[in-house]
Amino acid sequence: MTKKLMKGAEVIGASAIAAGCKHFFGYPITPQNEVPEYMSKEMPKIGGVYVQAESEVAAVNMIYGAAGTGTRVMTSSSSPGIALMQEGLSYIAGSEVPCVIVSVSRGGPGLGGILPSQSDYYQATRGGGNGDYFMPVYAPANLQEMSELMQKAFDIADQYRTPAMVLADGMLAQMMEPVEIKPYDSKNIDKSSWATTGTKGKRKPNIINSLRIKADALEEHNRHLNEKYCTIRDNEKDYEAYQTEQAEVIVTAYGSASRVVRNAIDNLRDEGLKVGMIRPITLWPFPDNAFDELPDTVKAVLSAELSCGQMIDDIRIAARGRWPVDFYGRTGGNIFSSEEIEEKVRAMLKGVISNAR
Amino acid sequence: MPDSMIFQRTKGLTDAEFTYCPGCTHGIIHRLVAEVLVELNQLEDAIGIASVGCSVMAYDFFNCDMQQAAHGRAPAVATGIKRCLPNNIVFTYQGDGDLASIGAGEVVHAAHRSENITIIFVNNAIYGMTGGQMAPTTLIGQKTTTSPYGRKKEETGDPIRVSEMLATIPGATYIERVSVHNPAHVRKTKKAIKKAFQYQQEKRGFTMVEILSTCNVGWGMSPLDALDWLEENMIPYYPLGVYKDKVKEEGRQ
Repeated sequence: MTKKLMKGAEVIGASAIAAGCKHFFGYPITPQNEVPEYMSKEMPKIGGVYVQAESEVAAVNMIYGAAGTGTRVMTSSSSPGIALMQEGLSYIAGSEVPCVIVSVSRGGPGLGGILPSQSDYYQATRGGGNGDYFMPVYAPANLQEMSELMQKAFDIADQYRTPAMVLADGMLAQMMEPVEIKPYDSKNIDKSSWATTGTKGKRKPNIINSLRIKADALEEHNRHLNEKYCTIRDNEKDYEAYQTEQAEVIVTAYGSASRVVRNAIDNLRDEGLKVGMIRPITLWPFPDNAFDELPDTVKAVLSAELSCGQMIDDIRIAARGRWPVDFYGRTGGNIFSSEEIEEKVRAMLKGVISNAR
Repeated sequence: MPDSMIFQRTKGLTDAEFTYCPGCTHGIIHRLVAEVLVELNQLEDAIGIASVGCSVMAYDFFNCDMQQAAHGRAPAVATGIKRCLPNNIVFTYQGDGDLASIGAGEVVHAAHRSENITIIFVNNAIYGMTGGQMAPTTLIGQKTTTSPYGRKKEETGDPIRVSEMLATIPGATYIERVSVHNPAHVRKTKKAIKKAFQYQQEKRGFTMVEILSTCNVGWGMSPLDALDWLEENMIPYYPLGVYKDKVKEEGRQ
């Protein structure tokens, strides 16, 4: 199979369809409109379903209903829309139904702006919904990876009966790259023990529910969920370690920001400077194990984000005080240049390190 | 059934004990929905959606697959289910706080899309589960825990008439308002519920039955006084009848 030049939003849609997703419920919001547009065009061709909901609140609840039937289903939205979906995400996590949420984040707070931003790291990894829950969050850095993580997200969602998020931004959704959408051999997981498809008179009713009125019952349920989250933490952390051998400064960056950082690392290495990158591919669970693999040469860590600093909290926890953790970020839709990162790292190599943020 | 048995529990309901207050008419409505599903041979294909409110635990009572929805979102959840399983019977069971207030958007748009679902809308003019607060359907002058001096039109507007509103939507197929305050009306209610589910089976589109119901505890009355209060106060403001029957209007095909 050959690669095809595709736009990020199309890659999201085509990869989902290749993974067996034939149901899409969404609501327009920039910068991800090409995803519902693609789905509205493609779904009728494959006997699938595209529904434009009246709001993101309705869309996520349609996802909840569809997921309850055991059907592979997804939605896509952006920051304020994902904020509105938090109610449904909490129900989906609490009721343990699988689905995929694509978040093409934009600047905030409030209406913010439509340009690329990573200021929804907290929203994605901590969740704005109520209760003790997490969901796997995948952060692709290029469109081939986006395709593969989209497909993986459906399997992970099914395997763990959880919502799974693919987090991108306008840069990734709007850019074009050559991509091979691989025919995907999805894991076939039997959902008949819980999915609501009608009893057909052959079994007791299946009930999808997040309500537990009695304290003991809810505690038992929350412990069960927590065990699941521990299993996901044990098994699903993913990251890329780039040029970390002999590195003295480690830059941590994900998604679109990591593309710029990779250039900066290459340029600095060309100068003979010992710099590397940890690129989290899963944001939750955060790949803290990546930091345990770092060489003894490391003196400091930098978090480079398109925000005022959110992932840095997880890096600090992962660093466990072994190194100072500095921060460099741009926000509002501005993207740091390779030169900005190089300048920051050169200063850190000279010992100018702020541990303040 | 032995020859001597003339009445028994419907198999449309589970053995679980209802959580409703003594005197509440939710139990009657549950039974009617369950009987209709059995009589139409739809129980095995049915997926019900419990909403937030007194009927939140309806998932324990209906003897079919059930999903519990967030406050007001049942029509959206039903949409998701129905679009995946178009040949199953999908219904929501919602109160007036759930449907007429926080879920007003979802029900309007489900009707607008003419989703082929059935909505059982139980209107008792109050938030029962949370302790008797004012609902959008609370009557003018009615005292509740959040309208302790009686609902004032100047502050809150008039009570919302959901059936009349939804009947104006082109996508709405069948909208009827009924009541369960006496046996004759209980029988009429069952007929309306049956018609709604039949239309769904025939893929006719969006159907809703609004059922006037009592909340004797929330209203601060005996069960019998509550039935009288419904008849004397609710029915004049919420007239009973068929507000929309597109199948009848267009001639059954």
